[in-house]
Amino acid sequence: MARHEVKSPIPGTFYRKPAPDQPPYKEVGDAVAKGDTLGLVEVMKTYVEVKADDDGTVASFPIGDSEPVMAGQTIAELD
Amino acid sequence: MPAVTRSIKKLLIANRGEIAVRIVRAAQDLGIATVQVHSDADADSRAVQLADEAVNIGPPQAAKSYLDMEAILAAARQTGADAVHPGYGFLAENADFADAVAAAGLIFVGPSGDTIRLMGDKAAARAEAKKAGVPTVPGNDGLLGDMDAAVALAEDIGFPVMIKAAAGGGGRGIRVAGDASEFRALAPQASAEAKAAFGDGGIYVEKVVERARHIEVQVLGDGMDVVHFYERECSLQRRRQKVWEEAPSAVLADSARESLCAAAVALAKAVDYKGAGTVEFLYDDDSGAFYFIEMNTRIQVEHPVTEMICGVDLVAEMIAIADGQKLRLRQDEIQRRGHAIEVRLNAEDPANNFMPFPGVVGALSVPAGPGVRFDHMLYPGYAVPPFYDSLLGKLIVWAEDRPAALRRLSRALAELRIEGLPTTAPLFQALLDSEELRSSAVHTRWLEHWLDQNIDLIRQKGGRAA
Repeated sequence: MARHEVKSPIPGTFYRKPAPDQPPYKEVGDAVAKGDTLGLVEVMKTYVEVKADDDGTVASFPIGDSEPVMAGQTIAELD
Repeated sequence: MPAVTRSIKKLLIANRGEIAVRIVRAAQDLGIATVQVHSDADADSRAVQLADEAVNIGPPQAAKSYLDMEAILAAARQTGADAVHPGYGFLAENADFADAVAAAGLIFVGPSGDTIRLMGDKAAARAEAKKAGVPTVPGNDGLLGDMDAAVALAEDIGFPVMIKAAAGGGGRGIRVAGDASEFRALAPQASAEAKAAFGDGGIYVEKVVERARHIEVQVLGDGMDVVHFYERECSLQRRRQKVWEEAPSAVLADSARESLCAAAVALAKAVDYKGAGTVEFLYDDDSGAFYFIEMNTRIQVEHPVTEMICGVDLVAEMIAIADGQKLRLRQDEIQRRGHAIEVRLNAEDPANNFMPFPGVVGALSVPAGPGVRFDHMLYPGYAVPPFYDSLLGKLIVWAEDRPAALRRLSRALAELRIEGLPTTAPLFQALLDSEELRSSAVHTRWLEHWLDQNIDLIRQKGGRAA
């Protein structure tokens, strides 16, 4: 299966966890279904969920937890 | 006039955005040099351009820059600043930061860490208010412990009740319970949220005052004396965030105004308040009763409406107080005149559920003329960063009375052009059409209700600006 990139629709700060003291939504190697939440992007104190737009397996998270992200930048690669 | 001997010669501004610009200007007016700290994302900010010096204190994320106390203190040492102004938000009400600034041998422009700590603990602040004879919302005086006792107390007060985090702020850690079973479900949630957000799970309970107005009193204290600068009404709120503020309140009778201002002064005096502060109340139109809710130990976003009716530069006064000067105004020298309105312009799309919208400012046309003030951080080509709150600026108008102020606001909004990104300007244009707002028949939950019914009107107003 071809590699698929999930992109952030907005600029902001990328989070892999729903809250600082909780586990990440997904780890590398996890199976994901279309519609699963992969992370949050905080834009101006508003949190927007980024969801998988296809089924697959997480190959990588190119952006680290709580790192800046630009609109259109890949936040997860799915195989 | 004798020359003023100052201990503050160089002021570091530990903030960003429009308030940083505001503080740089106040310092320059006082002849004080300025150091603007900034994150990687704010290197091109207006405050950086205007300040005498600028120091990069870290990456875009606030936790790694504007909230990094060590980085800020290092910037102060490096530049030889002798005072720190925290603005609002970020570290403005962080008692440990105030202590750290003092421990570094610098002047903190604001009250002591102990005062911030006392007023930041809402249950303690409430107890302090009661002691000073200031009415508080019916509720418990201490923190809640045992659940059964808490439920009994809530029943005593009468549902609905608000469950609030002692260490809360910005609307977080608040739940409203309509009955006992809801209370049992929600109280642990409020406590857990408070523990996660503020590291303190303490909660307390307050009666919900229906259809209340939010009215707050501006005070200045020098550690001995306290004066007030009358009140602001901030009843128009969305998600507990203020969007439109006025001074004075359109509905307060003079006798109620006197009691409210006297209560605010009594509380500030009771804690030997030093600096600029705001004492917030809920005001019940029907009964004329008012209740203390909290005291903010900083300059607030909406301070300009008070400056417009009183003719005083509050930021300059707070710097003078930090510098060790006595209050420069007696209460009888503080007069109010006319009516002022402030609207908050955010980088949000009001027609799309107020979705934040960082972007690059295109053409810019700033309103001007008599009675108009625009506190902002914009210039054509400025890229609004996505990392901070969405406030772009505040449009403030003054006129001899409220109807004239409303007309002036309409005129100023018509002059305003911010191209390149949506703003909340169409919201205010739509609100100006509201008969309820024009007659000030509002309360703290009025705006959300109005928004539910008037989204089309906002879309219509937004068509022209976009």
